[in-house]
Amino acid sequence: MSILTYILGWPLLAALVLVFVPRNYRVIIRAVALLATFISMLLAVKMFCQFVTGHAGYQFEQQIPWVESLGISYHVGVDGLNVGLILMGAIVAFAAACCSFEIQSREKEFYILLLVMTGGILGAFASLDLFFFYFLHELALVPTFIMIGVWGRGERKNYATFQITLYLSIGALIALIGLIALYLQSGANTFDIPKLIEYVQSHPLAAHSQNFIFPLLLFGFGILVSLWPFHTWAPLGYGSAPSPTAMLHAGVLKKFGLYGLIRIALPLMPQAAQHWMQILAWLCLGNILYVGWVAMRQRNLNLLIGNSSVAHMGFIFLGIASLNLIGVTGAVVIMIAHGFLAALTFGLSGYIYRQTGTLEMGELGGLARKLPFIGTALLMAALAGCGLPGFANFVGEVTVFFGAWKVFPVVTGLALWGALLIGALYMLRAMRNVLHGPLPEKWSGIPDAAHVWRKLPYALLLASLLVFGCFPGLLTEKITPDAGKIVGMATAESRAGVLPAQAGFQPAKENLSQGRDGLEGRRDARPTLTAN
Amino acid sequence: MNLSLINLEIWVIALGLVLMLADFWMPAERKRFLGYAAAAALAMLLVMNLGNCATGTAFNGMFVEDGLAVFFKRFFIVAAILVLFMAVEFSDPGSARGFAEASRMASGISEYYSLIVFALSGMLFAASANNFAMLFVSIELITVTFYVLTSFQRGRLVSLEAGVKYLILGALSSAFMVYGIALVWGTTGKLNFNELALVAGPFAGNKIFLLGMVLVLVGLGFKIAAFPFQIWAPDVYQGAPTPTTAFLAVGSKAAGFVLLLRVLFTAIPSVTAHWANPLIIISGITILYGNLCAMPQRNLKRLLGYSSIAHAGYLLLGVAALSASGQAAILYYLSGYLFTVLAAFTVICLVMRHLENEDISALAGLNQRSPLLATTLTLAMVSLAGIPPMAGFFGKFLLLKAVLEQGATNPGYYCLAFTALAGVVMSLYYYGGVIRAIYWSKDAPADLSPILLSGPAKVTIAICIAGMFWIGLFPSVMVNLATEAVKALGI
Repeated sequence: MSILTYILGWPLLAALVLVFVPRNYRVIIRAVALLATFISMLLAVKMFCQFVTGHAGYQFEQQIPWVESLGISYHVGVDGLNVGLILMGAIVAFAAACCSFEIQSREKEFYILLLVMTGGILGAFASLDLFFFYFLHELALVPTFIMIGVWGRGERKNYATFQITLYLSIGALIALIGLIALYLQSGANTFDIPKLIEYVQSHPLAAHSQNFIFPLLLFGFGILVSLWPFHTWAPLGYGSAPSPTAMLHAGVLKKFGLYGLIRIALPLMPQAAQHWMQILAWLCLGNILYVGWVAMRQRNLNLLIGNSSVAHMGFIFLGIASLNLIGVTGAVVIMIAHGFLAALTFGLSGYIYRQTGTLEMGELGGLARKLPFIGTALLMAALAGCGLPGFANFVGEVTVFFGAWKVFPVVTGLALWGALLIGALYMLRAMRNVLHGPLPEKWSGIPDAAHVWRKLPYALLLASLLVFGCFPGLLTEKITPDAGKIVGMATAESRAGVLPAQAGFQPAKENLSQGRDGLEGRRDARPTLTAN
Repeated sequence: MNLSLINLEIWVIALGLVLMLADFWMPAERKRFLGYAAAAALAMLLVMNLGNCATGTAFNGMFVEDGLAVFFKRFFIVAAILVLFMAVEFSDPGSARGFAEASRMASGISEYYSLIVFALSGMLFAASANNFAMLFVSIELITVTFYVLTSFQRGRLVSLEAGVKYLILGALSSAFMVYGIALVWGTTGKLNFNELALVAGPFAGNKIFLLGMVLVLVGLGFKIAAFPFQIWAPDVYQGAPTPTTAFLAVGSKAAGFVLLLRVLFTAIPSVTAHWANPLIIISGITILYGNLCAMPQRNLKRLLGYSSIAHAGYLLLGVAALSASGQAAILYYLSGYLFTVLAAFTVICLVMRHLENEDISALAGLNQRSPLLATTLTLAMVSLAGIPPMAGFFGKFLLLKAVLEQGATNPGYYCLAFTALAGVVMSLYYYGGVIRAIYWSKDAPADLSPILLSGPAKVTIAICIAGMFWIGLFPSVMVNLATEAVKALGI
């Protein structure tokens, strides 16, 4: 049994156990959920440490045939692309379980759904089978809707549930059509991702089917990741969600679409990818600039965080769109960094909401005096969100910009404004409104996170941000070899001269075509990464 | 001629007769339990049938025993066993809650059981029908017994109304069908499907022949409740006694599908090949109609009536695909649907048997009254909506795959796939509404008394849950069975 099976199996097993625990054993229910996510997190850390950098192929693999006639098997494994994502997902899941003390009603159902969501999404990231990749994501997605509908907050809860269900189901189903079409068109008669990739190397998909399937995947996944202009579900949905749900969805589940683009769409449909990446680059400006601008106008802290989380997706899309080693590596780093960051901010805003009953920034103020720990953590999270060096987000964003600059100088130039100016503006203004200034009388009695258990999730997430911010090599060392493979496959056509060569792909080509030298090229990039 | 091929049918009919005779000697208060005896007898027949893999034809090729027939016969027997269990629960007079309910079925419950068994025999013959005469007789055997089963609660107006509606529309569709068969016979001179297949090619342009085939399909469309012949479904589903509704939803629909498969792919494959577009359109409209109409429903049985129309549409995806993988997907989907729908109706039967109408609000507080029933109904809704890991998800996946496979030949298939997805998204709304009513209802629960379940009821539910999970989590076995079964159709 692979360690990955345990990582995703413990939460699912715990969910099954909870079904049989009577609902009034609240302490046991909570303990089971915490324990399962904790074990899963420990195993994920262990796996991350044991991961051999630069090892060719997948590690910790396990494969069990499921439906042989269709070529579906339970196949899990990690390489540099998903090892960090699984670690991030497991840490965020544990933090979300810790933060679930805010749920006071129907705890049993909540924890069952939380655990199903955790197991599902960790499984989706670990899966190397197209069917299970989708299946486990869907398993994680449906609890989100129920959790927002039942435990959500605010008057617009029902509308938010309706909207998020509609958007995400449509997105997921469009992606499903794309995945099935991909399976059928490839002709490999297998859902196994490594085999599909291998098969497509020798039998590339016809250009017209690539041009049909790629947009299905791009927009299906795009809706799931709140790509502009399909992002409107996100701010309101997160604003209405209970904070553990928002932490898990914004932090982990949303990265599924991005991961799918990198893992499946790019290597299998290189020609279409190169064509559509031009469009994606401009769409991501919508995320960065337009949604950033919308975030500036928000009066509610949660809506602001929701919008800023959508804006951050723009950087990841930009990294993917650049289709070179530096850009894609940066995109994966931001995916991980943003997972921690989104979970941290939603967790903290959830704490403030629980204490004050509101997140309207006009009513808050001066909270740093009463909440030294929460306030400091929130301020650090805000600074990480602005891209301050020292946090993992900086590493990712700066890498993405380096990568994208060579391909899309104009887009990158515009996006920099979003990163530097707009992000800093709304984040710092929000912090001033919430944490500083006069403290309204009614909040003078609110308590800070009192004991270790309350502080633990925030401390853990913050520590992860700082660790990966100060030692980005921990991630980039692992990501680059596999990101290089993906980029190599995605740009193979242009290298062969089938498509007109584009100047922007030059660096990636050099890195890859020269094998060992490619690693040298990466070493050159390292000083920049760690310069902070 | 080989009489041993129809052993199973003979035994089932004999069982029905024995049940009717037993009515004379059974004390009135024990008659309910005849249902268990009938179910046990059917279970025995099923076990005996498992070992039997004789194939061949009988009665000059009217009756065919092949993989497809065997698959569907087992399907129908399992459905009938579960429906009989449900019927025993339904006829429970309960602890004297009003005289009307107490006497509604008790009057002739053993007739009810024997009618279920007779309907089953009709379905068994339908599974083996290889001739238009056989097709008509088996359909009539099913439909006529269902007229009685539907209006069995003589004291309830809605039940009588449902019976009359079903009778009028059913008779009309039978008339169409028999007219269509006459036209086909008149033009080709053949009634046997295999013989017809040999001569059908040249008749593909013959308008009278085509009219005849269309009229036959009208009759089958009525059985499966496909648009535009679906109009009876909601009323009949709502009014009929719950076990009848369940048997109608599973058995009658599946019988319609096996006949549809035989007619389209055995009798007139050369004509069917040109019918991709009409089939795509009918399938798409059926999906949209069922899902859109189900959204505002408040009566649970009516809601499931519309949902069954939508599911007929999904199943038609597999027909429209005109491929072996589409047909196998239908068989897989139906077997998941069997357990799912019977689970849902068993819960409705147990929770609502003492209520005048089956409003969704009656589910309020169900998770306090009986966590098992609440879980079962939730799982059934999850499976119907096609959410993993239940049977419905993989079934829809297979159907979609079959449709997309054909996408290269006709872009209409892509439109159909997107229509099906739109239907799935819509269906989340009303299935979610049912789940919400169970756990988070706004209406104050009228009745919080715990629901006591009898042993056999628990067994029924356990079988349904196990079936939903088994087919969903380990689809391999059922996929292989379905793939083997449709080889009989030879596409």
